[in-house]
Amino acid sequence: MSNDAHETGSTTDFEATERSESFQKLKRRHRGFVFPLAAAFLLWYFAYVLLADYAHEFMSTKVIGNINVGLLLGLGQFVTTFAITTWYVSYANRKLDPIAAQIRTDLEKTEAGR
Amino acid sequence: MIATAVETTTVGTPWINISIFGAFVAVTLIVVLRASRNNKTAADYYAAGRSFTGPQNGTAIAGDYLSAASFLGICGAIAINGYDGFLYSIGFLVAWLVALLLVAELMRNTGKFTMADVLSFRLAQRPVRVAAATTTLVVCFFYLLAQMAGAGGLVSLLLGINDRVGQSVVVAVVGALMIIYVLIGGMKGTTWVQIIKAALLIAGAFIMTVWVLAINGFNLSTLLGAAAETGGEAVLSPGLQYGLTDLSRLDFVSLALALVLGTAGLPHVLMRFYTVPTAREARRSVVWAIWLIGLFYLFTLVLGYGAGSLIGKEKILAAPGAVNSAAPLLAFELGGPVLLGVISAVAFATILAVVAGLTITAATSFAHDIYASVVKKGKPEPGKEIKVARITVVIIGIFAILGGIGVQGQNVAFLVALAFAVAASANLPTILYSLFWRRFTTRGALWSMYGGLGSAIILIAFSPVVSGAETSMIQGVDFHWFPLSNPGIISIPLGFLLGWLGTVTSRTLENPAIASEMDVRSLTGHGAEGATEH
Repeated sequence: MSNDAHETGSTTDFEATERSESFQKLKRRHRGFVFPLAAAFLLWYFAYVLLADYAHEFMSTKVIGNINVGLLLGLGQFVTTFAITTWYVSYANRKLDPIAAQIRTDLEKTEAGR
Repeated sequence: MIATAVETTTVGTPWINISIFGAFVAVTLIVVLRASRNNKTAADYYAAGRSFTGPQNGTAIAGDYLSAASFLGICGAIAINGYDGFLYSIGFLVAWLVALLLVAELMRNTGKFTMADVLSFRLAQRPVRVAAATTTLVVCFFYLLAQMAGAGGLVSLLLGINDRVGQSVVVAVVGALMIIYVLIGGMKGTTWVQIIKAALLIAGAFIMTVWVLAINGFNLSTLLGAAAETGGEAVLSPGLQYGLTDLSRLDFVSLALALVLGTAGLPHVLMRFYTVPTAREARRSVVWAIWLIGLFYLFTLVLGYGAGSLIGKEKILAAPGAVNSAAPLLAFELGGPVLLGVISAVAFATILAVVAGLTITAATSFAHDIYASVVKKGKPEPGKEIKVARITVVIIGIFAILGGIGVQGQNVAFLVALAFAVAASANLPTILYSLFWRRFTTRGALWSMYGGLGSAIILIAFSPVVSGAETSMIQGVDFHWFPLSNPGIISIPLGFLLGWLGTVTSRTLENPAIASEMDVRSLTGHGAEGATEH
């Protein structure tokens, strides 16, 4: 029982697939979306952590009743996490999945035809 | 009522707690037995036949992730330290975006059972598998020990068993139950236990949250005011726990790094992505997990401040289990012995489910990565690999019981944070490099994994959590030279740096054809194993 495709001697030309225009488009779209978004949420998270860690006075400024800036920013982290999740899923469903499915079908056809 | 309860060092009625927990065990055992009927192949045992749906797996992930540390620990931390406890939960939640955006789907598409499947895909099989299995076992071991230690503390609070022998017996019973679940049920059984537990935990927390909010007229500001009245204005702002000195502030930055980058490198979380049939379902799993975990942490915010206002800091700290007793005491205050019984049963179920998930992950990694792929060079005798996995389950289970008994009374709260730090320093860099950096080499992977693992452990060994402080694990000696309690701020960048350095100094390049194959497979899901048919 081997677990590795490359040991079972797959003859599919993955390098050609990788060079193909549709795969390059898929890769560009995927990385173009997830990299900036990952950088953005990490920056926002660490900005929040540093504020909570070093700007106590600012964070304890009361906004509404007993609700202060710190609590609002903390709840803001929840909101952005939920929002990014929803955004990514809708993007992946619309822009990534169709291309990926097309490439997969093409590959399976070539392999079956051999 | 509470005061007398604290004096007798137990709250509620132990037999109610035990019967509700007994009912949970009975129900889950039946489910596990039913689920285990189709456990035939490795894919069945390790990955539940890849037959779970995204929502089911997402719920199980929540069940796996919301450990006793996050439920009891975060409620207690908010009740005692106010806002600083809340900071923890935010790190635990935001971390899921790393898993969602960068890791989950690509891992699901490329691997079969373990993290090492992906990491060794285009690198030298044996050394990379051994390294990945090592970090997997270390992370699981630390996490497991923390959970078992938590079980001991819970016993004294909820069952009124205070002597060492009695507590050890209960730890042994919890461990034995876990072994039975994992042995019989494999990943399928473990998953169902986690799903049931997650549903109970979130429902229980929801009821208490609504209750606490109702007391405060469904006004968050009123609740905060009540908490500030009992605990002082400081509980509403950051700083009570981490803001004391410059060092403690830096320590928090270090912890925050480990929390946010560790989740996507936790082997028991990664393994859950293989229980669904496609990458799309893996994505749905994470979405469900994020919503459930996020909602749960919002509940803990209310529960923590609720416990702070209704019970008060002093009573919580005086109860057995101290910080961890905030949620159970609040349940007793609100709903009497019955609600306490439910919450205690949920707490035990939590430990059981998390320990089961860790054990099957560690056993799979040992049997699949070390035994089948390295010792037997990828050609084990038929059926032997699962046999080895089952034996490993028993050994790990016994180890967990002995460890759980051994660490009783020790201050091992740092172990969960350490598990996250190791996952972020040793696993995440190699995972990201292998998925996104074509040039990444075997040497880079080995340097990063062993360097990240070694530095995290060495730093913690010479930190104040082990020696030289009042709360240290070892008292009476002082050999610490690393000032922080969290190694992440050094070990995580080091893990990334070593992966880069090892790669650029490699003279041999990896096979570009396999790199292309991994690239294509990871993004398209071509060749990924689907659900098994029965």
